[in-house]
Amino acid sequence: MAVGAPLLLAGCNAYPSYFASSGATTQGHDTFKLWSGMMTTGLIIGGIVVLLILWAVFRYRRKSDAMPRQFHEHVGIELLYTIVPIIIVAFLFVFTVLTENEVDATVPLAATTTASGKPVVDITVTAFQWGWRFDYPHLDVGVVGELKNGPDHHGPQMVVPVGETVQITLLSADVVHGFYVRDFDFSRYALPGVTNIFDLHVKHAGTYFGQCTQFCGLYHSEMFFSVKAESPAAFHSWVATEVRDGHVLGPTGNPATNIPPKSSPLQPSNNAPKS
Amino acid sequence: MTTLVERPDLTSPDGPRRPDEPVEVDQHHPHHEGPTGLLKWLTSTDHKVIGLSYMITSLVLFFIAGVMALIIRGQLMDPHGTLVSFQTYNELFTMHGSLMLYLFAGPFAFGGLANYVVPLQIGAPDMAFPRLNALSYWLYLSGSITMLLGFFVAGGAADFGWVAYAPLSEAVNSPGAGADLWIVALALTGFSAIFTGVNLVATIFYLRAPGMTMFRMPIFTWNMLVTAILILIAFPVLFAALLLLFCDRHFGTHIFTVQGGGVPVLWQNLFWFFGHPEVYILALPFFGVVTDVIPVFSRKPVFGYRGMVFATMTIAALSTGVWAHHMFTTGVVLLPFFSAMSYAIAVPTGIKFFNWIGTMWRGQITFRTPMLFSVGFMLVFLFGGVTGVLLASPPVDFMVHDTYFVVAHFHQVLVATTVFAGFAGFYFWYPKMFGRMLREGLGKLHFWFLFIGFWVTYMPQYVLGLWGMPRRVASYPATAGWTTLNVVSSIGAFIIGFSFLFFLINVFVSWRKPVPAGSNPWDGHGLEWFTSSPPPHHNYTHLPPVRSERPTWDYNHPEHRTLVTHEGPGSGSGPGEGAPAGAEPVGAR
Amino acid sequence: MRLEARILIFIGIFFAIIGVIYWYLSYEDSGTVMLAAAAILGLLPGGYYLWWSRHMKPRPSDDPEASIGEGSGTVGTFPGSSIWPFVMGMGAFFVGLSFVFGIWFVPVAAGLLIGAMIGATVESRRGGEV
Repeated sequence: MAVGAPLLLAGCNAYPSYFASSGATTQGHDTFKLWSGMMTTGLIIGGIVVLLILWAVFRYRRKSDAMPRQFHEHVGIELLYTIVPIIIVAFLFVFTVLTENEVDATVPLAATTTASGKPVVDITVTAFQWGWRFDYPHLDVGVVGELKNGPDHHGPQMVVPVGETVQITLLSADVVHGFYVRDFDFSRYALPGVTNIFDLHVKHAGTYFGQCTQFCGLYHSEMFFSVKAESPAAFHSWVATEVRDGHVLGPTGNPATNIPPKSSPLQPSNNAPKS
Repeated sequence: MTTLVERPDLTSPDGPRRPDEPVEVDQHHPHHEGPTGLLKWLTSTDHKVIGLSYMITSLVLFFIAGVMALIIRGQLMDPHGTLVSFQTYNELFTMHGSLMLYLFAGPFAFGGLANYVVPLQIGAPDMAFPRLNALSYWLYLSGSITMLLGFFVAGGAADFGWVAYAPLSEAVNSPGAGADLWIVALALTGFSAIFTGVNLVATIFYLRAPGMTMFRMPIFTWNMLVTAILILIAFPVLFAALLLLFCDRHFGTHIFTVQGGGVPVLWQNLFWFFGHPEVYILALPFFGVVTDVIPVFSRKPVFGYRGMVFATMTIAALSTGVWAHHMFTTGVVLLPFFSAMSYAIAVPTGIKFFNWIGTMWRGQITFRTPMLFSVGFMLVFLFGGVTGVLLASPPVDFMVHDTYFVVAHFHQVLVATTVFAGFAGFYFWYPKMFGRMLREGLGKLHFWFLFIGFWVTYMPQYVLGLWGMPRRVASYPATAGWTTLNVVSSIGAFIIGFSFLFFLINVFVSWRKPVPAGSNPWDGHGLEWFTSSPPPHHNYTHLPPVRSERPTWDYNHPEHRTLVTHEGPGSGSGPGEGAPAGAEPVGAR
Repeated sequence: MRLEARILIFIGIFFAIIGVIYWYLSYEDSGTVMLAAAAILGLLPGGYYLWWSRHMKPRPSDDPEASIGEGSGTVGTFPGSSIWPFVMGMGAFFVGLSFVFGIWFVPVAAGLLIGAMIGATVESRRGGEV
């Protein structure tokens, strides 16, 4: 099958990107491979149908007053174009489920940092109008950032170690927000009253920009954040600096209840609300 | 005044009539005159007048929403656009979506086109419940005015997106009368839709002409029947959700708020249980339009009639089981179930595509304006459909959810159906509605500007989405590199806006310098082309015998009738089995 | 009539099956309730039509061989024009506005609605212009 070919060529750089990010996390890369395969399939099938349409349109333009034969069904052909799409779609579904299991898999948090293959860092991400809070409950560090620098600021930064699995617990303090990092090929709603847990395994060091994608009110456009992935050593020295500087967790307990109050001073950009 | 409509037991006293002959309006109908002028529009219960009211109102709202879209695109031409404030921008995109989806696309289809065309296509004198039909229109108009009133109250119009996700739409986060007006407007138009749905089902079940069996109805009528049933499934859920939201906002309940023990995601479940069938409520009528247009201009019957009907029913049935594919990234829905259902919907949609191609195959295609719009629809919808299949995959949805990729996808799907196919239908039935033609040249200019502007607008948006631009943002970082494509997209939007000038000029020209259309300008297939243009009150004075799904064609081309009827053996109307008997008079005392 | 009934019953059965599968897989309340309601929406009128199709004479519109003349007779009672839908619509409009702007719209709305109901009923009974 058309989708099978690119997917079987795993590792051969046979994945056209079609403008998407190839995924800086292992999960994101899995998604990217699925995207690429499905996009190739879609373009092939779509292309065939476009050719059929164009052929019919140009070939059967009216040339005479002769009446075309008034045929109106052909059971064989109709069955063919019912069954073939079912097979294609079934293939796509199988690949989807396989990828989905990879992307959605979460591993229980490691009890100690020495346990291999288990996430060693967990971060509680709390979205609020209009900013983000990143708490590291087991490291006693908290980072809060909100709207302050106008439209070109990058918001608060979440620092994660490269090459290790990080477990994110996503919460919302008020309305529905969307946690989205383009280079991770991943997004997830921050839903009030729901605890969403997912794993990220960043492969390459770097700074990745993220943004709220679910419309959440007036300053939705400026609800940025970034993810900085650095080596575990650099990560732990960052943690030490933060602790020294007093950027520690607020009151313990449910992070959703200790977010900054809504009345915290905002310095909005030049686009003030109209009333 | 009430009229007892009867079909007299007459057997063709004056021999076969050609449908091109001017049809004499039965003069025994003194009530035909009725009130005139404004009073006619206020009191008429004629499905044709109500259908026209619907169409005019929805087109006005379409143009208002279109201007909003142009302002939105204007704002996004600059990364830190200052054309409008954030607040105004949020109101604009909310109202753009609400007007287009709730007040234009649906009412244009099932209130306008269907109201006008369905009774004609099945040979009925009117809708089954004419006064309920009129009430539907007045509720729809009230709802539209209510929604637009939002711009004139303190705090502005609703500003939480057309999906109104709780708890953003709760009183704490969206105080003000604008949000309440939005809720009331949807409740009013929702009832209007439900009444129209009831009316359509009853009309199609009870008022078909003799011989017009279910499997001889034109596909447009079939699709409207299925749409009407979908309306009856979906809109009550919307009303329930709105009622709960209103209670939350004003009566102190906590159904959608965490603080009171409510469940915010319940809103999304309720809304999308309405919202996804709604997408097909918007799409199916226009599939029907295209399925009626293509055979006429290919001079062939529709290919795979039964397959088409079953595809429509399958789409409708599946569409009610896929609502949570809008909620993949909530993390609380059953991913494989909804993914499988969403994939499955691609199959019947594909069948429709191949049937359209099969209809054109070996035909004699003339590219009059309606056909041009239909082919444009196929090309545009195809791309929207392919990206739609991608979005049925939860991981891919995680990747592009709430980005401009999704914006481009659903605009491609919805503009393909409601605008391309919608205007195909408008150009197609305009001669029937007004008895005059629209100009071909202006129609083709309209099409080509729309078609080109369309690709220029939406292809960059796919790329923008893949580059990470979220939807519903009023500004974006200048460093993100999204500026150029946004400018291109905006230029495309202005081309689309420009194309509608040709449409308006076209209507104006046909109004000032009418070219008479006659009863059957396209050599049409359905019963609607048998009566005069515009049809008389209660539609028909004569009807041809109905022996296939295209009785008017069979009547006009007795030597080229449909090869096989849909009734199977024994129906006795195979090929060449004698010319149809003369049209028989129908009508009233 | 039988085909119409079958379509609705098909809808009902389809949603019943989907509803059961969905409940079994997810134990999610709201979706299951809505699917069950959709099943009832199909089965209730579908069952009625099926019952009715067995107790009625075959209609010419279900007969593939019917001639137009067979459908002669009274089709139904159709009002030529009526002002009452407009009045009722405006009544509903004011009811809606009263939810937003306060209860002083209610008397107006009630007047319009009651007037429209009486008017429409009288119109139907007299069968003429009111």
